Amino acid sequence: MLNADDLAAIYLTIKLAATTTTILLLLATPLAWWLARNQGWWAKVIGAVVTLPLVLPPTVIGFYLLIALGPNGGLGQLTQALGLGLLPFTFWGLVLASILYSLPFAVQPLQQAFAAIGARPLEVAATLRASPRDTFFSVVLPLARPGIITAAVMSFAHTVGEFGVVLMIGGNIPHETRVVSVQIYDHVEALQYTQAHALALAMLVFSFIVLLALHVLNKPVRSI
Amino acid sequence: MTVDLKLNNAILSAQLGDFSLDVDLALPANGVSVLFGPSGCGKTTVLRAIAGLEPRVRGVVNIAGELWQDETICVPPHLRGVGMVFQQPSLFAHLSVAKNLQFGLKRTPESQRRVSYQQALDLLGIAALLSRKPAQLSGGEQQRVAIARALLASPTLLLLDEPLAALDAPRKAELLPYLAQLNRELNIPMVYVTHAMDEVSQLADYLVLMSAGRVIAQGELASTLARPDLPAQFADERSTILDTRVVELNADFHLTRLAFGCDGSDGQLWVPSKQHQLGQTQRLRIMARDISIATTDETHSSIVNRLPARITALLPTTHPAHVLVQMSAHGVTLTAQITALSQSRLQLAVGQAVWAQVKAVALL
Repeated sequence: MLNADDLAAIYLTIKLAATTTTILLLLATPLAWWLARNQGWWAKVIGAVVTLPLVLPPTVIGFYLLIALGPNGGLGQLTQALGLGLLPFTFWGLVLASILYSLPFAVQPLQQAFAAIGARPLEVAATLRASPRDTFFSVVLPLARPGIITAAVMSFAHTVGEFGVVLMIGGNIPHETRVVSVQIYDHVEALQYTQAHALALAMLVFSFIVLLALHVLNKPVRSI
Repeated sequence: MTVDLKLNNAILSAQLGDFSLDVDLALPANGVSVLFGPSGCGKTTVLRAIAGLEPRVRGVVNIAGELWQDETICVPPHLRGVGMVFQQPSLFAHLSVAKNLQFGLKRTPESQRRVSYQQALDLLGIAALLSRKPAQLSGGEQQRVAIARALLASPTLLLLDEPLAALDAPRKAELLPYLAQLNRELNIPMVYVTHAMDEVSQLADYLVLMSAGRVIAQGELASTLARPDLPAQFADERSTILDTRVVELNADFHLTRLAFGCDGSDGQLWVPSKQHQLGQTQRLRIMARDISIATTDETHSSIVNRLPARITALLPTTHPAHVLVQMSAHGVTLTAQITALSQSRLQLAVGQAVWAQVKAVALL
């Protein structure tokens, strides 16, 4: 029922979501930690910027990214100077866009998990000879595990489900930027409803399984 | 500013909103020093500043000859070698009891380890709990694990911030003997914060009375509690602390005879027996208001404990109705609080021989 193009779109989607999630966790963890530990004016501004993608239409994000990453945009000139070429309509352009788009979905659960830990475990660790870096890895990350799992699952699922940003920045290039959501759109445009049904159902089942897994896996560390 | 290297010094000041802190502590290098005072007097802030957890507090912290903080230096907490037990046990919820205990131990270099794993398990009686998670322990058990965890990091100074305050009375009674034993068995100086007098009299060697961010009085436990110039808020705590030993068990009347004295003669007190063993030591606390004075030996009295004493000082207290009588009995100073009326009627004077009648004794 799924043809070669559909399978390629699925593979590309999973690759995009996995890459985005990995980079996002590495990026969002220190960012969320900093946001959770600072209440200053700067933290509020950064916090608001991180949350922006939640409220902006994906087309707006995609549009600005397209301009910025284009040949006359600041980022575009930077990537060209670095010998990376132009990112729009490439896989890595999609990764960059997905990271921005899903950033709040990674940062917010992490930030909440870090804030919930409070200062006390850090003070205890310090009086047990653990340096701040040591404490972060041996106390903070294990205690924040539910938040990390939520951040990873939400980033992955949200990237799988994106459409507007992809269309703006990636277009519709088979094997390069044509992800499942775009493929479904193409099928519908071409009135291939059977094909669209198959892919749409696959997405529905996938999303359900992800959310179910999140609820099952995410047993919080029992507080005392 | 002079700093005596034989002492643990903390000269601290801070302005935190409406609250100002200004203390100068010179604590003995051994034994248990207790910071005692009402809630909000700044005792916890002092303790946290010694640990390096209060960056807003300025001053000099010099512990066991090591400079932890002054105007230019602030050693971060994890390099101070300080142990801290908080009011809440604060065990790491993601680690088993054994892993909690090993947390500090494995971060302590072998050469600096002074408490063995087995020793800590035995001292706190937690060997049976090792495989459990913190959430599966009672409050008292959690606090015992927290104390053992702090000890296993072999701190040069152990700080305890109201470690019993979050526990109910039975758990408290269960934990106090463990704390008293720690002091006897390990040579780790402790600073203990509390607002409960029973903990003070049971554990303290040295007492610091605090109020509103200031030190009101500090000194050796017995002499500080006997001071006539204690402010009104501490006046009800005025008392005599006696270290005695059990010399006789009387089964007929269920009494124990305790002996004390440091001038060669033995003073004696009878107290209700409480699983006493001959030769055992027993600390007592006698409230100043629980000692009355007679000029003759009144054998026709229900009061069993009468001690021959000589008045060494008559001092005014913070209330004009009361007079503080300090007496020497068997080389020990007893403090009694009587009314000025009684003093006048009995015509008491310094140097006079009297009988100190002890109405009640608290066994600690």
